[in-house]
Amino acid sequence: MPAYLARRLFQSALILLGVSFITFFLLFVLPADPVRQIAGRSATPQTVENIRRELGLDQPFVVQYGRYLWGLVQGDMGRSYLQKTDVSTLIAARLPPTLLLMAAGIACELVLGLAMGMVAALRRGRATDNVLMMTSFVAVSAPQFVVSLILLYIFAVRLGWFPIGGYGTWHHLVLPAVTLGILGSGWYARMMRSSMVEVLRADFIRTARAKGLTRRAVIFRHALPNAILPIIAMIGIDIGIFMGGIVVVEGVFGWPGIGQLAWQAIQRVDIPIIMGVTLVSACAIVLGNLLADLITPFIDPRIRIR
Amino acid sequence: MTDIAVPDRALPPGPLARLMRRKLAVFGLLLIALVVGGAIFAPLIAPFDPFQQNFDGLTIEGAPMPPGGAYPLGTDLLGRDLLSRILYGARTSLIIGVLANGMALLIGTLVGITAGYFRGWVGSILMRFTDLMMAFPALLLAICLAAIFTPSLWIVAMVIALVNWVQTARVIYTETTSLAERDFIAAERTLGAGTGRILFRHILPHLVPTIIVWGTLGISTTVLLEATLSYLGVGVQPPTPSWGNIIFENQTYFQAAPWLVFFPGAAILMLALAFNLVGDALRDVLDPTLRGSD
Repeated sequence: MPAYLARRLFQSALILLGVSFITFFLLFVLPADPVRQIAGRSATPQTVENIRRELGLDQPFVVQYGRYLWGLVQGDMGRSYLQKTDVSTLIAARLPPTLLLMAAGIACELVLGLAMGMVAALRRGRATDNVLMMTSFVAVSAPQFVVSLILLYIFAVRLGWFPIGGYGTWHHLVLPAVTLGILGSGWYARMMRSSMVEVLRADFIRTARAKGLTRRAVIFRHALPNAILPIIAMIGIDIGIFMGGIVVVEGVFGWPGIGQLAWQAIQRVDIPIIMGVTLVSACAIVLGNLLADLITPFIDPRIRIR
Repeated sequence: MTDIAVPDRALPPGPLARLMRRKLAVFGLLLIALVVGGAIFAPLIAPFDPFQQNFDGLTIEGAPMPPGGAYPLGTDLLGRDLLSRILYGARTSLIIGVLANGMALLIGTLVGITAGYFRGWVGSILMRFTDLMMAFPALLLAICLAAIFTPSLWIVAMVIALVNWVQTARVIYTETTSLAERDFIAAERTLGAGTGRILFRHILPHLVPTIIVWGTLGISTTVLLEATLSYLGVGVQPPTPSWGNIIFENQTYFQAAPWLVFFPGAAILMLALAFNLVGDALRDVLDPTLRGSD
């Protein structure tokens, strides 16, 4: 186990190194000049050159990338070009709202998705099952921004139950979390349904029925816990999809998280911020996958770590 | 000589027949036909020119017109007919859907087949690269690329392809590795067949069902990604109508004129849903391990 963990951590570090290289390279070769953004339109060529030299952007790619990596090793993610603040400070300020939204969103999608999947499995082949599976298809196919805007229109603009956007109280959290929950629930509903169908066929369920347990006890005490187990590992994999969705949802609801930070940085070609957010997201994805792989053998002892 | 009576034994139904037995798949195919029809015949069906800013297309206060009357789905902030723009927008969605998804499939299949057949360092490098791409926050990467280039239809399609090939590559890789170990491939090799012949005549045909399934499901992902990029303003640029950029352009009026979000949003959902339904049914129909279970 420790050897396995060490190997996986090493692989994860390599992947993050690769992500940093590719992102840095793309931002280097792409035709977007951050210096123009900083200097403004009326700057003289001399000013532009000075800024370029000051930021070290006149150096060759290898030198720039080497400097960036050297900084990273020391825990320095660089300084924002336009906000004149350390990137780590900016990200640290934006991370708590994003994590809060993620936690609430994942809770919503689990509750919705698992309930839908369970009911569909119990009503397999009947009208309820068909309706629920159709709903899950709709949830998987719905664009994030449309669901956000429609919920915003109904519950904030028309009914006035929730604020139109912003951050602060739990009222602000409800709509973006529910949006993320609806979008993710379809995926979980489909997995939960097949997992539950499989468990319901198992011998121990027949035994539980045969010894005269009530239907409720069979479902909630025996079937449900076993059906949920394989889903738990999926949460780790889901984080990658989540990181993407959060850019859009944060944008619509004016949620001050790292998605918004990234979006603003992209528009202004603020490379250090783009790099920082990409790396933090990649970290989350890699860690999520690692956790998923580590949790699986605990959940199902038949799966052994090689 | 008497004719030998051939017993009238029905052949097992083919994949298409089995697909047509599934209600959801047929529903999905109908939706696709509706959108494709709308896109092809847009010039005939559309009541107005999608670029024309109608002088009576705005209210006296200068706001968009609600649905009804001369404009079946209302007008947008410039007084253009929304129905016409949605019909022409279907062209954008379909072109990008097919183009970007085609490119993604091509890259994914090539990478997957190569990595799966040639183990050793070529395969390792390709699969490590695929792992690396999996760790990228896909939407962030797409937004970043699209924002930095001046977006055109081709650039948007390319960006989407660059982000979306990874899943296909992984699936094709897994299938190729198991195919490459089968006896008939070893037999071919013994008979002296070249690598090219084995790959294209023997392995690729076995991958066709997988490619069809992932190609269909992939169009749905592509349509959603294009819509999202266009909604953020880094996808297809106005005045060319796309379902995403219709919502992007009209967002300021959204509280007063929700139909400007609702109708294009419904169109995006409809197309993505259709390809998901058909793709899911195709997976059940084409997967030999599931045969007979429907």
